[in-house]
Amino acid sequence: MHLHKYEKYWLTFGVGSLIVFLLITGIMAFHNGSHPPSAKKTINYEKVDELAPFNNPGVHRVSGKDWDYEVVVIASAFAYIKPVLEVPVGAKVKFIATTKDVVHGFEIAKTNINMMLEPGYVSEFVTTVNKKGDYLIVCNEYCGVGHAQMHSMLKVVDKK
Amino acid sequence: MTGKSFESASANNVHPKQVDPRDARLSMAHIYVAFIALFIGGLAGLLQVLVRADTIKLPEPINYYQVLTVHGVLLGLILTIFFIFGFQTAAMSRAVGTLTDQQRLLGWIGFWVMTVGTVMAAVMVLLNEATVLYTFYAPLQAHWIFYAGLALVVIGTWLAALSESLRWIQWRKENPNQTSPLIGFMIICNNLMWFVATIGVATEVLFQLLPWSLGIVDRVDVLLSRTLFWSFGHALVYFWLLPAYMVWYVVVPKVIGGKIFSDSLARLSFIMFVLFSVPVGLHHQLTEPGVDASWKFFQVVLTMMVVIPSLLTAFSLFATFELRGRELGAKGVFSWLKKLPWGDVRFFAPFIGMLVFIPGGAGGIVNASNQMNQLIHNTIWVTGHFHLTVATAVVLTFFGATYWLVPHLTGRQLTKEMNKLGIIQTILWALGMGIMSISMHAAGLLGAPRRSSFSDYGGADLAKTWLSYQVGQAVGGTLLFIAILLFLYIFIKLRWSSTHKGFEEFPIGTVSEHAQKTPPILENFKLWIVILVALVLIAYTYPIYDIISNSPLGSKGYKLW
Repeated sequence: MHLHKYEKYWLTFGVGSLIVFLLITGIMAFHNGSHPPSAKKTINYEKVDELAPFNNPGVHRVSGKDWDYEVVVIASAFAYIKPVLEVPVGAKVKFIATTKDVVHGFEIAKTNINMMLEPGYVSEFVTTVNKKGDYLIVCNEYCGVGHAQMHSMLKVVDKK
Repeated sequence: MTGKSFESASANNVHPKQVDPRDARLSMAHIYVAFIALFIGGLAGLLQVLVRADTIKLPEPINYYQVLTVHGVLLGLILTIFFIFGFQTAAMSRAVGTLTDQQRLLGWIGFWVMTVGTVMAAVMVLLNEATVLYTFYAPLQAHWIFYAGLALVVIGTWLAALSESLRWIQWRKENPNQTSPLIGFMIICNNLMWFVATIGVATEVLFQLLPWSLGIVDRVDVLLSRTLFWSFGHALVYFWLLPAYMVWYVVVPKVIGGKIFSDSLARLSFIMFVLFSVPVGLHHQLTEPGVDASWKFFQVVLTMMVVIPSLLTAFSLFATFELRGRELGAKGVFSWLKKLPWGDVRFFAPFIGMLVFIPGGAGGIVNASNQMNQLIHNTIWVTGHFHLTVATAVVLTFFGATYWLVPHLTGRQLTKEMNKLGIIQTILWALGMGIMSISMHAAGLLGAPRRSSFSDYGGADLAKTWLSYQVGQAVGGTLLFIAILLFLYIFIKLRWSSTHKGFEEFPIGTVSEHAQKTPPILENFKLWIVILVALVLIAYTYPIYDIISNSPLGSKGYKLW
């Protein structure tokens, strides 16, 4: 099939940018480890309260791991446990969350911490919290009539 | 389409350029349902933006999410599906030939199956038994009649698609070794894609949600159901888009008095849309647990392939415009733009749609990007995105097509007065959607979630910054509802006014004489089906195997509304 000369330039430019774009995204994902949250741990969603780490929700300092804090969150219609979380600025944090009933979202607004919580699965995301402030956490997946009332707060505070 | 193939195709028509009245009735039946859905769904949309701006509260028995379900199901599924099959039936009859009685009967059966299914689902939504939104994610559990209704809609579309496709197959038998009419080929592409894509959602509804909602099984595999849904969900988007592309590629060149730039490029871009429509659904599930990160990335790569047919299309369309402008005497680099028929709504409405598709597509690249998606996933940015793509690029093109299609099918014409109202309607729509969609994108970047009723989130400071954008959405949404009323007024005038009797052309473009002959491989659907199925199997076999073999305890149903 014959292509017009300008069409060739146009497509070469387009496909070229596509390749560069995919290379950058690929290197970020596979070399820098910046994958979207894709944990594959499963859990019995009916017994979340009894099973570690969800039998002890909240913020925990940990040692000997690649991160300094673990933030354990349980979502259910229509609230998060716990309602307020506090971590020191600069800490490397692993967010670990699941749901006790339907699908919920866990979005820390205006950040890239954003994951789906699905019954039977544990969602995880590791990141460094490098800016002080109060961060609103919202449910961003429709979960029922109280969906818009479902929120909590992450406070990133000075180191003690 | 070549001139020669057109003659042979239309030999058995009543009037060579007129859709047979029996086919016209079938097409119009679809269009009535589509525009009833437009009115009710649009009204629901108006209520939503007003609630979100905290200007009204819904009266007690009605809840926001019920209204949202009405909006999504009626506009995202019913308006689009019915309009598309109505349009395609007319286009197949016009360009390829009048349907046989059996083909038309099949089309009617499809129409009634779809309509009965729609009514079943609608009744359950109105009874508040199915407030699960148009994505009906488990384990929220709707009444089984809702799922059965949706299943019937899908089965009805298969019959409608088969009816159109049989006409094309008949043409191929009657005209061996000839290139089929371009719009007929495009309809086959869209129907093929639709059929392959709906296998996933039909499996979800028939084998997971129906038995579960009927109580035959107790639990459902939530992640599997979502993965099956999204194997359909992105192809759904292209199913909306491709009929708009048919208008852009085939109808618009004729309207402006130009030629189709290249038959081969048009076909190639449709084939690429078909191939990269289904094996890409995981890009809607990037932030989900239980799905392997490498496979997510693989499907992101396949998703981005759509850039190629999109660039081909942009090039071809603007080449047509420029060639026509120069033919009319334009000299400078951009002065050909001035020569285009801006006062003709048959051109103006789809052209605005094309323009809006550019920022719409750019936003889509953000959504489907492996990492950037995390910033905007499930925020109202996404809602803003598809109100540019489907609700502007596609819907404005459908409006633009309605203005000539309805009079053509009913023996009337688009009068000067209605053409002028159509231009005003288009401007109103573009303005309303611009205001609403920009507000949605901005609020989404500030973290505002989608699919949420009004909330001050416990008085959080951040939620206050979203408020002015919610007012913006209400302003835009109100303009849009006015535009819907104006559109329906024009539609009723075009359909029933006694002063409009006459003939309105169904514009079908011819290919430029400079274009190369179309290579036969583009019409070799056996080859494309094999590649499509192979791509789907490569992209989905492992992820689905992985989901099933690692699946946790399934979920019981919840009714939390």
